[in-house]
Amino acid sequence: MSTLSARTPWPAVPGPRLDHDDGEAADHAAPLAPRAGLLPALGAVYRAQLSRAKVARIPLLFVATFQSVGIMVLMRGVVGAGSEAARAVVSGSSVLVVAFVALNLLAQYFGQLRASGGLDHYATLPVPPASVVLGAAAAYASFTVPGTLVTAGVGCLLFHLPLGNLWVLAAVVPLAGAALSGLGAALGLLAPRQELATLAGQLGMSAALLLGVLPADHMPSPVAYARDLLPSTYGVEAFARTFAAAPDWFAVLGDLAVCAAVGMASLALATWAYRRAACR
Amino acid sequence: MSTGTPPAAVPSAATDRGTVWTVRGLVKTYPAGRGRKAAAPPAVRANDGIDLDVGQGEIFGLLGPNGAGKTTLVRQLTGLLRPDAGSIRLFGHDLVAHPDRAARLIGYLGQESTALDELTVALAAETTGRLRGLDPRTARSERDAVLEELELTGLACRPLKRLSGGQRRLACFAAALVGGRPMLVLDEPTTGMDPVARRAVWAAIDRRRAERGTTVLLVTHNVLEAETVLDRVAVIDDGRVIACDTPSGLKAMVEGDVRLDLVWRDEPPLHLAEIAALGESAEAAGRRWTLRMAQEEARGVVATVTGGPAFAALDDFTLATPSLEDVYLALGGRRKGLVKA
Repeated sequence: MSTLSARTPWPAVPGPRLDHDDGEAADHAAPLAPRAGLLPALGAVYRAQLSRAKVARIPLLFVATFQSVGIMVLMRGVVGAGSEAARAVVSGSSVLVVAFVALNLLAQYFGQLRASGGLDHYATLPVPPASVVLGAAAAYASFTVPGTLVTAGVGCLLFHLPLGNLWVLAAVVPLAGAALSGLGAALGLLAPRQELATLAGQLGMSAALLLGVLPADHMPSPVAYARDLLPSTYGVEAFARTFAAAPDWFAVLGDLAVCAAVGMASLALATWAYRRAACR
Repeated sequence: MSTGTPPAAVPSAATDRGTVWTVRGLVKTYPAGRGRKAAAPPAVRANDGIDLDVGQGEIFGLLGPNGAGKTTLVRQLTGLLRPDAGSIRLFGHDLVAHPDRAARLIGYLGQESTALDELTVALAAETTGRLRGLDPRTARSERDAVLEELELTGLACRPLKRLSGGQRRLACFAAALVGGRPMLVLDEPTTGMDPVARRAVWAAIDRRRAERGTTVLLVTHNVLEAETVLDRVAVIDDGRVIACDTPSGLKAMVEGDVRLDLVWRDEPPLHLAEIAALGESAEAAGRRWTLRMAQEEARGVVATVTGGPAFAALDDFTLATPSLEDVYLALGGRRKGLVKA
């Protein structure tokens, strides 16, 4: 930025952006630097967050995958290969990777950022709040892709399920990722203390584990209702349906649509929570 | 100057250059805490009627110990905190009504780096540039130029968290410079830096001032830094501006005084009557005594201490002209915590 010189006074700027300024000073108000656009800023945040994976996230991604594979190995002892329950176990364990990273780790990240004053960095830059939240959420959802693929692949082999429809993960991961990372970001930003953000993230992930991995028809009805409220459930259901010999694609689409709607709502909630936390 | 008194009291140095930043009657009170019963902290008036005028191209300092209200003031100036009362105008924009405009006028370096810690130095600078609205090509070229200028190119691929405190601070400073703004607000920018890095920071600031007329608001509790780099300084204590002038103008307020530091080898020889008398007015910190007195008197004390039996107990002594810390104390500053290194 170099439109300024030490000798020349600030140029007068009639621009429309200054319409709302008041009083005499508006006549000689200096030009404002441009705002960052939503998409460029989102891209920049996404890229920066993704790069953090190299530094800090890889061990955690390994833990997330290892946990899900471990659960499937455990369940293999009680669930028959190729059964209805096996589909629930594999799809639940795969989406659990998303819950671990997008919900739990993102809640912790935003909780820590808020507690340490790190949000000030973004709040003093001319970026739309949505770009910060969406960029971070998208990056965390992306972190989950390798772990989800590995878990689903191992699960299919372990429980003798067809590998042919795993492509549906290309829809399940972003949509469940949106729903869970939005929720994670909102929890991290709304929690009054950093420890509570961590606790909420852990509880959210535990809920995804306990309610997502077992088949719904074995659950008592209050627990089944709780399962219906969990944003990850619809991703789990959609993925589980694709293991059928002749999947009901309309039902899969329906589940994914719910997932998308919940994702939009939770990202909107996260953006609101960010504004509340970062702006005065 | 100012202390919440009428704006007429504001010194005019700023107006010579064209005032770009005007603060009037700024008040911020943090509400009483919600702790249990007696433990609840009372309401704190962190800023109590602050008036400031900063001129174009000035390097203006806020000096005060921790807890004086500097950071609260800066957070209001940068749009992070809403004042309870008062006005802030920056380059003709009303920042109380439009806090979002601060981000489009100010490059801010806060005290925390957590948002950037896990990024590499290069990506931290580039991302910050992108978030200041630069297109990718400009962000990259500004990144390269700033890293080169601050001699950070060799560290460009290292994550901030793996750097020393001073290097990390310098990397954050680099990020604050990318996407150049006409106003830089730097909250203790040189904390933890070695002298080479400090010089790089001041050279970068001077260059921007000379080439672009950049104005700088610097928060510091380091009096030496304040004396050497600031054009003017506002001394803040308990949420008020207790003085505002050039560093030499402020020091002229205590011109007749000098500071005498005595360092004893072991215990001060209090059995000597003159030393015991001196001890009553000294500010003791371990084996060091600090005395502030008129020049004549100081000469007498030095003669006594170096000429008499007390000399055997003396390890070192220094006689110095007053610093901004002495000004702060002479003005009635009550807190300790200004740094002299």
